[in-house]
Amino acid sequence: MFSQLASSLTDGLLLGFVYGVAAMGLTLIWGVMSVINLAHGPVIALGMFATYLMFTLLGVNPYLALVPVAFFGLLMGFVIYGVAVHRVINAPHLSSLLATFAVNMIIIGLGTAIFSTSPQNIDFPLGSLEIGFLTIPVTRLLATAGAVLFTAALYLFLYFTRTGKAVRAVANNRRAAELMGIPSSLVLALSFGLGTMLAAVAGGLIATFFPFTILSGGPYELKSFVICVLGGLGNPLGALLGGLILGGLEGLIPTFMPVSWVPVVEFGLFVLVLLVKPSGLLGAK
Amino acid sequence: MKFWRQTGFWLPLVLVFLWGGAVLVLRQDTIRETAFTVLMFMALASSLNILLGYTGYVSFGHIVFFGLGGYTGFYLLSEQGWPLYLAAVGGGALSGLIALLVGLAVLRLRGAYFALATIGINEAARAFVSNFGPFGGATGMFVNFSAYEKYGGAGQALWTTFTFLWITTLVVLVVSYLVKHSRFGLGLQAIREDEDAAMVMGVHAPRAKTITYVISAFFPGIIGTLYFFKNGNVEPGDAFQLHMSIEMLVMVMLGGMGTVLGPMVGATAYQGLRGYLLTSPIFKDLHLAVAGLILLLIILFVPAGAVGWVRGRIPALRKVLE
Repeated sequence: MFSQLASSLTDGLLLGFVYGVAAMGLTLIWGVMSVINLAHGPVIALGMFATYLMFTLLGVNPYLALVPVAFFGLLMGFVIYGVAVHRVINAPHLSSLLATFAVNMIIIGLGTAIFSTSPQNIDFPLGSLEIGFLTIPVTRLLATAGAVLFTAALYLFLYFTRTGKAVRAVANNRRAAELMGIPSSLVLALSFGLGTMLAAVAGGLIATFFPFTILSGGPYELKSFVICVLGGLGNPLGALLGGLILGGLEGLIPTFMPVSWVPVVEFGLFVLVLLVKPSGLLGAK
Repeated sequence: MKFWRQTGFWLPLVLVFLWGGAVLVLRQDTIRETAFTVLMFMALASSLNILLGYTGYVSFGHIVFFGLGGYTGFYLLSEQGWPLYLAAVGGGALSGLIALLVGLAVLRLRGAYFALATIGINEAARAFVSNFGPFGGATGMFVNFSAYEKYGGAGQALWTTFTFLWITTLVVLVVSYLVKHSRFGLGLQAIREDEDAAMVMGVHAPRAKTITYVISAFFPGIIGTLYFFKNGNVEPGDAFQLHMSIEMLVMVMLGGMGTVLGPMVGATAYQGLRGYLLTSPIFKDLHLAVAGLILLLIILFVPAGAVGWVRGRIPALRKVLE
């Protein structure tokens, strides 16, 4: 019993790191510009396909492919921000929600036409590692390492570079930041790009161990909402914690009740946290 | 102001009345199916508009009331043998009750937090119903064929369902107009502009919002029952589609939120467009992308929607296009 619990918990936690990266992208965008990016899921899916195409067509190692995928994600973010978000950044929430949803429809529509909806997978087995009674697939371990690496890089960027400080300043108070001479439109575009970059990277990491279609981003987008709310919308560190909690729950719940109850618990928890403590588990009172 | 003397009150009603009446007279199955879909979305978008357009609260998971009401009505009808109209009202009543309970808690949230919570409620409801034994779990329920016999066979039952839907749509439009032009509706619009200021001026915001939420949840419950009875089966995947929920929002935006006529225009235009894109040889693979592009252009450049735009440009029409 104990060994079974421990192994499903490890499994869940390792996955949780990757969830955390996806959610961090969403929460970063929310924190800086109060926009909920409904195109998050499709960008995750595009990250999956970018990794897949580089692996199958060019034979690039999927983990090395993460670097170009990250750049691609950043670029996607600039484009989405410029085309869809910039004009409605000060409009009521409904406008930015629907504008990003329109982008979602465009990407899914084009993606379905190009890739169809039959499942693909990256055939890059690395075996698994045995530690005591635990058996951990190496792909999961590498994905976790990748997730930690990108989180650390984001942290260093936000706290120790001038541009990162500008991002935080705009998140704090856009008008005051503008008065200090920070070009807020550029910073907003960059923040959006960073958010979609994290989404694309998370997609690339997920693609190394789960099969996917162009529609696969949807469930991860919903999970990202849950995670962001658990950790507090706008709080990147909270997103990582929320990801671990969600991953842990997904690992543990199936040992106690049927798997199909997992979403009931997840979304129940989500609504509960929103009602009781909308600032998230790490948030101030 | 006597509402029955206003052109703005009669215009949407007369349009829907004539159209539904024409369909009933022509009695062709294909026309009825098209009209059913459009009327359904008209009624759904209009009931969403009562919450979204008048109070400004963005319910992203409004389809949950369509699903839960539809499931309940379907259960009452197929398993308990209730007559269709009673079952439909039962479905609506359950949706309203759930909206009351959920609303008391969730309506304290504002802006994007409220929108996120409604998505969560929809997903939680979908996951719960997928595991709920009496509602058939993940496979859903099928209609008991004896249920059709009361209405003179399956073919006749579809016409009865259509007539019910037609009447429901008319009722939704009347309610939408009355809410907008009542003292209560003025309070809601004050909440939309500035909730804190409205409360200072004496609008009992929590109560007004909850009542509105219940009204806008009641009708989707009825419509859900009719829709699933027409289909003959109900399953969690069909009942709680987040996508459909967003389509409702799109229709409201397209026509113009906060207007009675807007959701009607939006639903007709959206369904017409979708029908065209799905059948056109050039766009049929890209219909979703094209629809997305059109939506984006509207959000960016005509945020008031079609009816709102016309009202803004031609003041003389403001009395007519409510």
